[in-house]
Amino acid sequence: MRSDRESRAPLGLKLAAAGGLLFLHVPILLIFVYAFTTEDRSYQWPPPGLTAKWLSVTWNRPDVWEALGLSVRVAAISTVIAIVLGTLCAAAVSRTRFFGREAVSLLVILPIALPGIITGIALRSAFSLADIPFSFWTIVLGHATFCVVVVYNNAVARFRRTSGSLIEASMDLGADGFQTFRHVVLPNIATALLAGGMLAFALSFDEVIVTTFTAGQQATLPIWMLEELVRPRQRPVTNVVAMVVVLVTFLPILAAYYLTRDGDRIAGAGK
Amino acid sequence: MNFASNLSDALWRRPRLTLALMLAPPLLWLGIIYLGSLFALLAQSFFSIDEFSGLIRYEWTLKTYGELLRPANLDIILRTVSMAAAVTLASALIAFPIAYYAARYARGKWKALFYLGVMLPLWSSYLVKVYAWKLILAKEGILTWLFAKLHLTWLLDAWLALPLIGGNSLSVSYTGTFLVFVYVWLPYMILPTQAALERVPGSMLEASADLGGSPAQTFRHVLLPLALPGIIAGSIFTFSLTLGDYIIPQIIGSSRLFIGQAVYAHQGTAGNIPLAAAFTVVPIVIMGFYLWMAKRKGAFDAL
Repeated sequence: MRSDRESRAPLGLKLAAAGGLLFLHVPILLIFVYAFTTEDRSYQWPPPGLTAKWLSVTWNRPDVWEALGLSVRVAAISTVIAIVLGTLCAAAVSRTRFFGREAVSLLVILPIALPGIITGIALRSAFSLADIPFSFWTIVLGHATFCVVVVYNNAVARFRRTSGSLIEASMDLGADGFQTFRHVVLPNIATALLAGGMLAFALSFDEVIVTTFTAGQQATLPIWMLEELVRPRQRPVTNVVAMVVVLVTFLPILAAYYLTRDGDRIAGAGK
Repeated sequence: MNFASNLSDALWRRPRLTLALMLAPPLLWLGIIYLGSLFALLAQSFFSIDEFSGLIRYEWTLKTYGELLRPANLDIILRTVSMAAAVTLASALIAFPIAYYAARYARGKWKALFYLGVMLPLWSSYLVKVYAWKLILAKEGILTWLFAKLHLTWLLDAWLALPLIGGNSLSVSYTGTFLVFVYVWLPYMILPTQAALERVPGSMLEASADLGGSPAQTFRHVLLPLALPGIIAGSIFTFSLTLGDYIIPQIIGSSRLFIGQAVYAHQGTAGNIPLAAAFTVVPIVIMGFYLWMAKRKGAFDAL
């Protein structure tokens, strides 16, 4: 009786859990159907017919390519900045105890804990007070600020599991600090940084709320989509773009998952 | 000895200096760019706007906060807070079975599947998710079609005829806004709830059953109190994210404003930065209070 209860869930619970997961996934799957519909004036369901022609129409749209290019460049540079800042912060917080340690971790989390609109309007009013014109770099400035936390979280978790005695052993064996970093610390945290970097990239690639405040005339891909959402002009192209965005963001998420999954088996963790 | 190893030896002997060098870049970045602009914004909420010229008057005053208390603005605040509360409650209800099943019954492959099943929607594009719901809730969309197939169109029409939560179609009603909010923030509720439930030992539930507790009593007196910190941790996200969002109610919903939209409108076309800044203080204060309550309930250990 008891072992039964351990292994089998009540039917109601199963149904509720399955229903919840369906609720999470069906809307995203619908996007894939809509990308191939022949209807181009409304969101009619069921689609009157299926066609692949919108793929080529979208492929030949320069504005989509331009937005995509800008998004990729912004995300790449923000990710690099976030990896550097996030790792430094994580190393400091997890290796040493110092006064104000809690405050430092709070400061890192704050940009993502407070609603994005606050970060956005704060940056915008600061730019206008300081007479900084909107540009590529104002977008990067905003994105890097809230991407730090993702890298930081991944790196802190890994540093906690990496034994400090490894570093001492390396030093005792005559390696200097840079050699220790290159041959001992980096291999241990590399996958965590890669995973954090991918999540930061996905976060920046998708960000729209802060970007609406820090971008001038330029449109990142989310801004392009937002304009289509508010005033639909080319529904089929938007459908295809939405599908591509789903596919493109799934890859780094899956990769980040597989990179951090085996994290428990890190050398020296058992000490 | 070369320069690099000299330098590294010097750093090793001075851990305080090393720490300072490591902390300086991130702290300078966040401190100057982020906190700097945040304080600049908050400072502006104490200025006011000249009603005749439309220019900002740079004198310290509480006049702008007084404007927040006008009925129209109080209405916006009340609307946003009630929406955030409703969304939080609904997410907790939907999230619990998923989190409980994943924590207690899913093993091996299923566990990974559940994890990815929550992570993928969490990380997939926010705008794409909102867009998907625009497709679903449209008058010619799948939901209307589904209701017609089930011969339940009368039910949908009756629902839309209700005051306040109804409207011309689902995509311009509060019901639509509510559905999209719940959908978009649900994963943020599932993950901490599941983390809290993972830590409930199965033997406790068995002990409760052995002592004669019915499943309902076990849930009420054992499971729920132990899961509560996780649910509160999740509610921090759902509540805060709903308070600050201005895109969802703009795309799916009636034309009545939420706090985020009010901030956006005041800083943009109206150029009334002081009032926009004062509006942003509302979610900050509410969240500060909320976090203080959550800390007292021990929700931070569940994060």
